Amino acid sequence: MTILKAENISKQYRLGTIGTGTLSHDLNRFWHRVRGKEDPYLKVGAVNDRSSKSTTDYVWALRDINFEVKKGEVLGIIGKNGAGKSTLLKILSRVTSPTTGVIKTKGRIASLLEVGTGFHPELTGRENIYLNGAILGMTRSEITVKLDEIIDFSGCEMYIDTPVKRYSSGMRVRLAFAVAAHLEPDILVVDEVLAVGDAEFQKKAIGKMQDISKGEGRTVLFVSHNMAAVKSLCSRGILLNNGVIDKTGNVIEIIEAYINANHKTESNSLKKHISNAERTGNKQVEIDFVQFVGEREGLAPTTGKPLTINFHLKNPNNVLAENIQLDFRIDDSMGNRLLWLSTSVFEIEKKAFSNIISFKFEKLPLNQGSYIVTTHVVVGTQVADWAKNAFRFNVEEGFYYDSFKQVVTNQTKVLTDFNVQYL
Amino acid sequence: MTSESNENWLYEISAKKSVFDLNLKEVWRYRDLLILFVKRDIVTVYKQTILGPLWYLIQPLFTSVIFTLVFNNLGSISTGGIPPFLFNLAGITAWNYFKECLTGTSNTFTKNQNIFGKVYFPRVIMPMSVTISNLVKFGIQLLIFIAFYCYFVLSGFDLQPNIFLCLFPIYVLMMALLGLGLGMIVSSLTTKYRDLNVLVGFAVSLLMYVSAVPYPLSEARKKLPGYVADFVAYNPLTQIIEGFRYMLLDTGSFSWIGFVYTLAVSIGLFLLGLIIFNRTEKSFIDTV
Repeated sequence: MTILKAENISKQYRLGTIGTGTLSHDLNRFWHRVRGKEDPYLKVGAVNDRSSKSTTDYVWALRDINFEVKKGEVLGIIGKNGAGKSTLLKILSRVTSPTTGVIKTKGRIASLLEVGTGFHPELTGRENIYLNGAILGMTRSEITVKLDEIIDFSGCEMYIDTPVKRYSSGMRVRLAFAVAAHLEPDILVVDEVLAVGDAEFQKKAIGKMQDISKGEGRTVLFVSHNMAAVKSLCSRGILLNNGVIDKTGNVIEIIEAYINANHKTESNSLKKHISNAERTGNKQVEIDFVQFVGEREGLAPTTGKPLTINFHLKNPNNVLAENIQLDFRIDDSMGNRLLWLSTSVFEIEKKAFSNIISFKFEKLPLNQGSYIVTTHVVVGTQVADWAKNAFRFNVEEGFYYDSFKQVVTNQTKVLTDFNVQYL
Repeated sequence: MTSESNENWLYEISAKKSVFDLNLKEVWRYRDLLILFVKRDIVTVYKQTILGPLWYLIQPLFTSVIFTLVFNNLGSISTGGIPPFLFNLAGITAWNYFKECLTGTSNTFTKNQNIFGKVYFPRVIMPMSVTISNLVKFGIQLLIFIAFYCYFVLSGFDLQPNIFLCLFPIYVLMMALLGLGLGMIVSSLTTKYRDLNVLVGFAVSLLMYVSAVPYPLSEARKKLPGYVADFVAYNPLTQIIEGFRYMLLDTGSFSWIGFVYTLAVSIGLFLLGLIIFNRTEKSFIDTV
């Protein structure tokens, strides 16, 4: 059964500031309305692409969004920053209204765009539970029934009769999330609220979200950048891009599409030239340029995705392949040596070649971040082209492990496949 | 799928909304929130002050003393045998309630944009809670008035309220409706253009002087030019202040026509405010 249906939702915003200039537009709009005509400014409006320069004063934050949610379904909404996720959530939670279109629903919607909305620092934890709960749409008696459970979940029992201003920020968040987790609406709209609190609490929060969606069969709309959370919670997904729906469907496909869309950006910068600053050698064979090819042509290097690095050589004397040794080292931006790759670890039997040496990773084992490459070409026994800190390249955030779990970059820059067994 | 198109939806979220859709059913559903907001407003004012609610009393007392010195001693305005201090205290107590309702609600949208931007509840709950929590403040100020009333009676003044005291709750209601109605209009109009905010600050203090707070209407008739006196007389606030003093101190005038006129204006302004407020609440967050 369809519990919520969005039909042609669009939202237009005005760019720039509000001042005397906006008054003329308002008057014009009013004059059109008096005559029963359509709002003249709805016809203009740029696509919501943050980085491009706009030609009009209006922008469509969302354009013609259509989707349906079935009862008991957990829908993930993902997209880049500024793709329109939060605008969509604001409209769903009735904080603002759509410019055109309509959302029809068969259940009460409670929204969690922020935890602890309306917390008053002077009130005690207990008083704030009541206040916050009522703001989120619970009645007093509902809260009273759940009060013990909420306090227990928050783990702040000792401080419950102390004003919230004395709480640590983590405790405040715990208390706020505890209230929110005990909401019982037909449809729950959740923005990135899981990214708060310590690791223990995050685990608890995700577990609670899972209970809500799976165990209790509640309909949930969930927005997050945490792909592991999206994957474990949601069954279906919507990918937003520049205010329009890019793709809907199975959540795994959506996450894949999101990661790919995220890295289409920099095609020019995938071609690297060697810096001459620390470059020596007899130039018998020289590196002309280096071309990076991600999962496909034009895609940037991404953690866990295939990556090919093609070294294009200048080889005026047609030195044979078997006589050329090429190595390169990848350092992190602090200069720590991470990887060393070389033709010398293989037996080369080829004689002539087209002056391209290609290195291929099936799964790039580098975490997201910036890396520096040192290249070294040897012909026979002589150094032909040695460039220290030859060029930099960036690795985009991706998923090395199939579980979509991220490894934080301050734990490691290098990733590897392994197995774990509980014996 | 055809069967789904004519299903009954619980509610719709869209851009259009009819003028008179005031959504009172939903306000009723959120009544607990209203009570909690009122409680919050009252409780948090006392926190970390030594005098606590006593601060509520100091402002009207000092104002009354100053008014008595300036208007009655210096300006020699006659209060018709009533102790001038008590006369001023009555006017100021009533005026304060209206003023607090107006200024407290006139910045509803701008002051609460953080909370309004994150969660939905009927926005009208906010100004309503301000009006109700001010009622408590008004009650406390009324107590100090009653205390002085008793003091003056014991010191030999011949004071007594008259039968119109029965209308007291209606007068309070009229003040609340006027303050709330005007406040909602102002708060709606200031979401996009803040000009009116600047006006409200000083307009309220000026309004007091044309609402017969520091003088009786009869004195205005005697001493002011005719058109100014008429303006003062037709000001619904004058009617409220005068009526208030009439029922408590038995001074001044009362007419049923004036009473009905004031009631009509109050209800009219309140409804107008409610309609404008409801139109604004839908997407004010984009322009605030």
